Amino acid sequence: MNEHETDPVDRMRRGVLAGGLVTVAGTMTPFIDAHGAPSEAVDPLDHLAPPTASVTIKVNGQTQTLTLDTRTTLLDALREHLKFTGTKKGCDHGQCGACTVTVNGRRINSCLTLAVMHDGDEVVTIEGLGTPAKLHPMQAAFIKHDGYQCGYCTAGQICSAVAVLDEIKRGIPSHVSADLVAPSTISADEIRERMSGNLCRCGAYANILDAIQEVAGTGRTTPAETKA
Amino acid sequence: MKAFTYERADTPAAAAAALAAKPGAKLIAGGTNLLDLMKLQIETPTHLVDINRLGLDRIEAQPDGGLRIGALVRNTDLAADTRVRRDYAVLSRALLAGASGQLRNKATTAGNLLQRTRCPYFYDTTKPCNKRNPGAGCAALQGFNRNLAIMATSEQCIATHPSDMAVAMRLLDAKVETVQASGATRTIPIADFHKLPGSTPHIETALARDEVITSVTLPAPLGGRHIYRKVRDRASYAFALISVAAVVQPDGRGRYAFGGLAHKPWRVEAAESNRDAKSIADAVLSGARTTSQNAFKTTLVARTLASVINEARA
Repeated sequence: MNEHETDPVDRMRRGVLAGGLVTVAGTMTPFIDAHGAPSEAVDPLDHLAPPTASVTIKVNGQTQTLTLDTRTTLLDALREHLKFTGTKKGCDHGQCGACTVTVNGRRINSCLTLAVMHDGDEVVTIEGLGTPAKLHPMQAAFIKHDGYQCGYCTAGQICSAVAVLDEIKRGIPSHVSADLVAPSTISADEIRERMSGNLCRCGAYANILDAIQEVAGTGRTTPAETKA
Repeated sequence: MKAFTYERADTPAAAAAALAAKPGAKLIAGGTNLLDLMKLQIETPTHLVDINRLGLDRIEAQPDGGLRIGALVRNTDLAADTRVRRDYAVLSRALLAGASGQLRNKATTAGNLLQRTRCPYFYDTTKPCNKRNPGAGCAALQGFNRNLAIMATSEQCIATHPSDMAVAMRLLDAKVETVQASGATRTIPIADFHKLPGSTPHIETALARDEVITSVTLPAPLGGRHIYRKVRDRASYAFALISVAAVVQPDGRGRYAFGGLAHKPWRVEAAESNRDAKSIADAVLSGARTTSQNAFKTTLVARTLASVINEARA
C-alpha cells in the first residue's frame, strides 16, 4: 500500500489551493472558495499550493504587511522576507537562543512562533536596538568586553541581555532568586541563570557576563586582560 | 513542516467548535512545543486554530480564597504574580525551574499541562514509538532510557511527563476547567487529567477531541513551607532527572509530588501519612519498575526527598 494515498496532509500538499488567499480576520472566518462557497464544500485534498495568510507586523518601528505561507516562522519572516538578517537561525528548535527578539517588549525565540500569529505586534531585532553609528549600550559593552568569538549567537545574546535587565527591573524572579518576594539583585548568578537560554559554542560566557554587568552597573568597567 | 490552514478564534466555544469541525485541527497558543514537533513532522495538524486572543490571560482571586488562572497566562507571568509568589511559592519555583526565559515568556498554563514527552524515541521518527504510532512498539524499553519513567510504566511506553509546573499543580490539587463544542463545561481534578500509558500511551489526557481548557484553579493557600527541588544534568535549562515538590507544615505534615518518575506528575497521597523521608519514599516508590540505566532514580528520589524535608523543617 502506498501510504501517501492515505495521508491527507500529503495529498493536501499535492492538491490545488481552491481558496486562494486565506484572510486572517479578528473573528473565525470560514475559508471561502473561488465561487464564494464555504470551503467545507470543496474537497480540501484538492489544494495544490500551500495555504497563505496576510499579516501586518511592526518591525523596528516600521509597519510591514506580508502574505506568507502559514508555516513561516517569525524568524524566517524577519530574515527571508524582511531581510533583517541580524537575527540568526541556530538550532531552529528553541534550544539555542540565537533567534531571540523582543515582541511587544518581551524576549522570545522567534523560531518557535508563526509569523501569522503576530498580526499587530511590535518586534525589535538587533537592527532595531542600535546601529554601527549609534550603538545600544549593550552592543557597545559586548564589543568592549569581547563578548563573542564567531559572533553567530551574539545578536540573540544581546537582545536577550537587554530583556534580562528589563525583567529584573520589572521584578520578575528567577530560579536562583533566594527570596521570591523580595526584588532580585543583579548578581552574576542571576545573570547566568537568566541567560541560560542563549548558548555560545565559542564559550564567550565570561565576557558576555562582564558586558551585561557593566550595562547593569554592577560589574567591572574595564575588560579582562588575560582572556583570549 | 506539513502545510496547514490557519484561523483565529475569538471565544473558547468557537475554538472548541473549530476543533469539532475539522478532524485534523489543533489549537496553538504559545506554540513552543507544538511548532517544535511540527517541524519534525511528529505533529502534523492540517489546520491550526490560534487561541492567543481569547482573553484568557488573567489571574483572578476566587471567593474560596483560591486563584483562577486563565489558560493563556504565560509561564513568566504566573511565576511572577505576587499572589503566587507569596501563597503558592512551590508553583512559582516549579515554573522558574523550567525551560528558559524566552520560552517562559511564550509558554502558557494550559499548554504547559499539554506538552508532550521528551522521550528520545518519541522524537526519533526512524524508531518505533507507540505514542507517535500506536501499535508500532517501544524502542525505549531496550534503548537509552536513563531518564525515562520508573512508576506505572507499561510494556507499551515508559515515557515521562516533562512538566515542572504540572508537578506543583498536582501537589496543590489544582483543577482544570474546560469547555466543549456543545457548550458543556466541566472541571477535571489534576489527578485525573493526565493518563497513565497502559496500552494506549497516545492518549495522554482526559480531554475530549473538541475540548478546550479555559482555566486552571487553585484551592485556598495551604500555608507551610514550599519547596521545589529539581535535579538535572546541568544547573539550568534542562529537563528533570527527578524533581520533588513539597509543602510541609510546621507540625511536620507534608504533601509531596514528583516529576521525572511517570507518565504524569506522581503523587501518592497514602504515603503522606508518614513523617520520615524513608517511609515516604518507600511508599511513593512502591511498585517501581526500573531499567539498568534508570534504577538510580529510586535512590535519587529518597535522598532528594530527605534533603527537602530537612530543609523544610530547618
